[in-house]
Amino acid sequence: MLQGRQSWVFVKQPVIISTAVVGGPFEGAGALAQDFDILYEDIWLGQASFEKAEKKMLEDACEKAIQKAGLNKEDVHFFLSGDLMNQIISSSFAARTLGIPYLGLFGACSTSMAGLSLAAFLINAGGAGYVLSAVSSHNSAVNKQYRYPTEYGAQNPPTAQWTVTGAGAALVAANGNGPRVTGATIGRIVDLGISDPFNMGAAMAPAAVDTIKAHFRDFNVDAAHYDLIATGDLGKVGHHIAGDLLQEQGIDIPPDKFTDCGLLIYKKDQPVMAGGSGCACSAVVTYGHLLNRMRRGELKRILVVATGALLSPLSYQQKESIPCIAHAVVMEREGD
Amino acid sequence: MEKYLIAFVVGGTICVIGQILLDVFRLTPAHMTVALVVTGAVLGGLGLYEPLVKFAGAGASVPISSFGNSLVKGALFEAKTTGLVGVLTGIFEVTSAGISSAIIFGFLASLLFKPKG
Amino acid sequence: MSNQQNKNISAAQQQYQQFAKEREPKRPVLTNCLHAFIAGGLICTLGQFFQWFYMTYFNFTEITAGSPTQATLIIISALLTSLGIYDHIAQWAGAGTIVPVTGFANTITSAAIEHRSEGYVLGVGGNMFKIAGPVITFGVFSAFVVAIIKITIQKLGGF
Repeated sequence: MLQGRQSWVFVKQPVIISTAVVGGPFEGAGALAQDFDILYEDIWLGQASFEKAEKKMLEDACEKAIQKAGLNKEDVHFFLSGDLMNQIISSSFAARTLGIPYLGLFGACSTSMAGLSLAAFLINAGGAGYVLSAVSSHNSAVNKQYRYPTEYGAQNPPTAQWTVTGAGAALVAANGNGPRVTGATIGRIVDLGISDPFNMGAAMAPAAVDTIKAHFRDFNVDAAHYDLIATGDLGKVGHHIAGDLLQEQGIDIPPDKFTDCGLLIYKKDQPVMAGGSGCACSAVVTYGHLLNRMRRGELKRILVVATGALLSPLSYQQKESIPCIAHAVVMEREGD
Repeated sequence: MEKYLIAFVVGGTICVIGQILLDVFRLTPAHMTVALVVTGAVLGGLGLYEPLVKFAGAGASVPISSFGNSLVKGALFEAKTTGLVGVLTGIFEVTSAGISSAIIFGFLASLLFKPKG
Repeated sequence: MSNQQNKNISAAQQQYQQFAKEREPKRPVLTNCLHAFIAGGLICTLGQFFQWFYMTYFNFTEITAGSPTQATLIIISALLTSLGIYDHIAQWAGAGTIVPVTGFANTITSAAIEHRSEGYVLGVGGNMFKIAGPVITFGVFSAFVVAIIKITIQKLGGF
């Protein structure tokens, strides 16, 4: 049901009955290793290319989520997925393997919450009984497409971020045990002229702020309503800017409640500059770590605001700035 | 020994110029190397790069700017002996070893190695 | 108030860009320059050593020793790139590993090994010069222009 200007409230409270989170060796060495279902030791996953490896990760995450729910592929009505590859090829090939009716999404790093909000909407509206929502990203594949070859000796500035190699899948249903999806806010494109692809945090921060403001307005709540508000992958730079922007606009989110998936996923000593990024960043941290905390009873209600930088490898060369977007989803512990 | 020190200092200085172009002027690595190559070509044309090579040895011949100088040197040398068309035929003469080995060994690497990530 | 220069950017955008710039972690320019100086200097010193080596043991002159010296550095760079070491050195060294001819070899080798998955002809062959292309293109073109200008001036009685 429409809530306010750009949000949905899910009266039937669709349930995330299972999630699966997979990651590469770098993520395995990170701060949230214990929250992964599968950790690969090799970024190639034994495949012939990085792109094929990403497809395999996405497939593994999806199959694991379905398996954990005690279901079969045939039981899932729809598959919503996205990634960073040209033509979201990883998702298309994963959909081919899964054989589930499929809608591909492109929201860059905001795709996780875009997919989850659509999945919840479908369930809530009675349009499906089970919807699988997933995303993936692969560090080397992303560098190859958007930046430089993996072994190229460029010096990354302190504002650069590290794309997460991983995939996250969530299976949403009308009934069952698990965290509930109770609301979502769909973001709009915000572009304040940042054009540096090595400083995406600064580009995306205004979009996150815009969506958070819209969410608070549409639902008539404030930060006190949530135990945790996590942005997707603003990283050190973007998160700091977002915090300052929110404060400047009179929105108070206490620092201990305001975090970022890109800051949580890696350890301080890992060479990730400003933090993690990539579609998988928000997905693996949310579906793994944050929902595990919720399942353990540590968190009651959280807001995850996944942020995406919608540039293309060409747009930067054509001197375009980076249009960004952020989508927010409310997740609550069952039974409250 | 002195020759090594001069090579170190001059080579290091050219790299510092490159670093400033990267960090202060915010050029991409591609733009920065293009700037250095073109500068090398211009200085070569003005007859200023050869003395630097004589003075600094590898300190001036190893940085990519020497590539621009060598291209000009080859063009001018060939033009002197065979006329204006020499500009076209002579350009790659001196740099041939560099470009050829980069292509050959780059290709060999692709046969034998995979990126490590 | 927008500047005349940035008339394509709105006032809000300009204000935000200023806001973001203030919060951007500053690049450690001096440290980077120091690292570049040391790394670049060392590579050139190594080049000087190879030059001496080829002159002493292989009958090259000071002029002709340049080619095998460059080739040797290129082979070393291709190897370090292939072993996955070059990019780690480069994060520390910055321009110190980009500027010497080793950087040129690194661009070609890294692109070549990266695109093997697309086949040897279209993948390796078609993408090898992705980053090195600008250097070759602009090097050749600027050499052409400089040579023509110099020859013209000489013919007109200049230097």
